[in-house]
Amino acid sequence: MLINVNGTERDVPDGATVTEMLAALGVPARGVAVAVDGTVVARTDHDHRVVPDGADVEVLTAVQGG
Amino acid sequence: MDDPLVIGDQQYSSRLITGTGGASNLAVLERALKASGTELTTVSIRRVDAQGGTGVLEVLERLGIDPLPNTAGCRTAAEAVLTARMAREALGTSWVKLEVVADDRTLLPDPVELLEAATTLVDDGFTVLPYTNDDPVLALRLEQLGCAAVMPLGSPIGTALGIRNPHNIELIVARASVPVILDAGIGTASDAALAMELGCSAVLLATSVTRATDPEAMATAMRHAVLAGRLAHGAGRVPQRFWAQASSPPR
Repeated sequence: MLINVNGTERDVPDGATVTEMLAALGVPARGVAVAVDGTVVARTDHDHRVVPDGADVEVLTAVQGG
Repeated sequence: MDDPLVIGDQQYSSRLITGTGGASNLAVLERALKASGTELTTVSIRRVDAQGGTGVLEVLERLGIDPLPNTAGCRTAAEAVLTARMAREALGTSWVKLEVVADDRTLLPDPVELLEAATTLVDDGFTVLPYTNDDPVLALRLEQLGCAAVMPLGSPIGTALGIRNPHNIELIVARASVPVILDAGIGTASDAALAMELGCSAVLLATSVTRATDPEAMATAMRHAVLAGRLAHGAGRVPQRFWAQASSPPR
């Protein structure tokens, strides 16, 4: 299925959970946060929350700043 | 721990909080952070790129420094709240340096959005450290709504103009019952010492170290300045006089 990740269209397996999506994107699961369609997904929900087809996904991490 | 800095349920022996922005590379940053003696350091939350992590968390972990996520770049309460919630999931901390700025030229805090965001985040269980104007009224309001510290600016972010209104900082300190942390505008060691002499509990700085010609040396200077200022504040300075007063006996 196609989803939008950080403003770019990406192809991930149909019915992927947040954890599976991160693996498919090649993003380490540690130190990242995920929002799906504007709502933050709690870390404890990453393993079972399914990403809907066409979702708008934001994947954020810590960078140098402040 | 001797004379610890207490914020919320945490104690720190260092009263210098640093930022990680502006360093030319991670090796320079790591040496500067180590020299500063800091135990709490800000990071920003941004979109992950194809490589994933940026390495900054690994540096903090190696040095045993707690990360303090900020909401830098946020212009509205809604953006700041979302960023804080993302930071909580990414870093597993409910602490946030709350920053809601009004515009890009001044980067001054927007007090209306700041109060709204602080209210929401305190209700949501965050330990909120708001970056605020040097406004004694606003600082008190932030404390009253449950912020764990207040962090007034000395001057706008990145200007290195020092503390432009020392009296306001003293007014904020005089009424606060949470730690007052001087945040933004520090240019050199004397600015950090002055903040502590005015009664601040800690100093938060980034640019003055990370963009100094020798970040490691400036970080060392800041560590000493904060210690010196803290000691001087508690030592009971002599009053300033208009006329000279001899310090040697007359005969």
